[in-house]
Amino acid sequence: MIVQAIMFYVFAALAVASGVLVVSSRNPVHSVLFLIAAFFNAAGLFVLIGVEFLAMILVIVYVGAVAVLFLFVVMMLDIDLAGLRSGFVRYLPVGALVGFILLAELILVIGSWVVVPGMPKLLAASTASGVALTNTRALGDILYTRYLFAFQAAGLILLVAMIGAIVLTLRRRADVRRQSISAQLARTRAQTVEVVKVPIGSGSR
Amino acid sequence: MLIGLAHYLTVAAILFTLGIFGIFLNRKNVIIMLMSIELMLLAVSINFVAFSVFLGDLVGQAFAMFVLTVAAAEAAIGLAILVVYFRNRGTIAVEDINMMKG
Repeated sequence: MIVQAIMFYVFAALAVASGVLVVSSRNPVHSVLFLIAAFFNAAGLFVLIGVEFLAMILVIVYVGAVAVLFLFVVMMLDIDLAGLRSGFVRYLPVGALVGFILLAELILVIGSWVVVPGMPKLLAASTASGVALTNTRALGDILYTRYLFAFQAAGLILLVAMIGAIVLTLRRRADVRRQSISAQLARTRAQTVEVVKVPIGSGSR
Repeated sequence: MLIGLAHYLTVAAILFTLGIFGIFLNRKNVIIMLMSIELMLLAVSINFVAFSVFLGDLVGQAFAMFVLTVAAAEAAIGLAILVVYFRNRGTIAVEDINMMKG
């Protein structure tokens, strides 16, 4: 139990420190790398309370896909870093004020909330059903039955995002000559072959 | 020294606040604003998962997965818009986006 507590504090401290460095780092590439560190530590926090499947999904989806996407975009775009940093100090007080107020509110909420009486009867999918399942199995059991439509909708959202991203970034460049297969196939004999009667002693054209 | 629900909620609250703070702090750099939004969505996922585990209800984890899906889609679309914007304007300073006067 003490090991678990120590690991919790280590993961939590590293996650918060990484979050601070994400928002305050001078170079966007460093920000992306600290974002990856924050996600790894959040995955560690998930593993500590026995949510293995989401922890692995977090690592695969965020570190493997989203963070690499960020990294590609940051490195592809030629960004003027100094210009982007110029308003940093000016926005610091108002940002700190809003952040402090929000954090105080959240701490107050965390300190004072209570679970409603009779809560175990209100659970939608109780984990204390008696049958011992692994986390992945239990999640799949409700995801593919009760939340099937939500699951399908999530897949549809990803499809729309993929098509949207491709459509947004695809561009037709005017200076590149491409093969137009439809134009080639649509040519008829009448457009291309011409029979010319050439008089003797003169050129064809 | 038992790690309870309040510990996880505190971590999530701090991460969420850092996300808000990052949006205010980097008003010009839209990439860092997108990363701050990812940080806030991570905090929300931590809240979902913590409540799910400590109250014994599995639905929170299912919805944390949907939050993850939406976050991935949002990152892809946001970065695509960012690339198109950079291609058209040559900068990613978002302070002067007021062409639509919204």
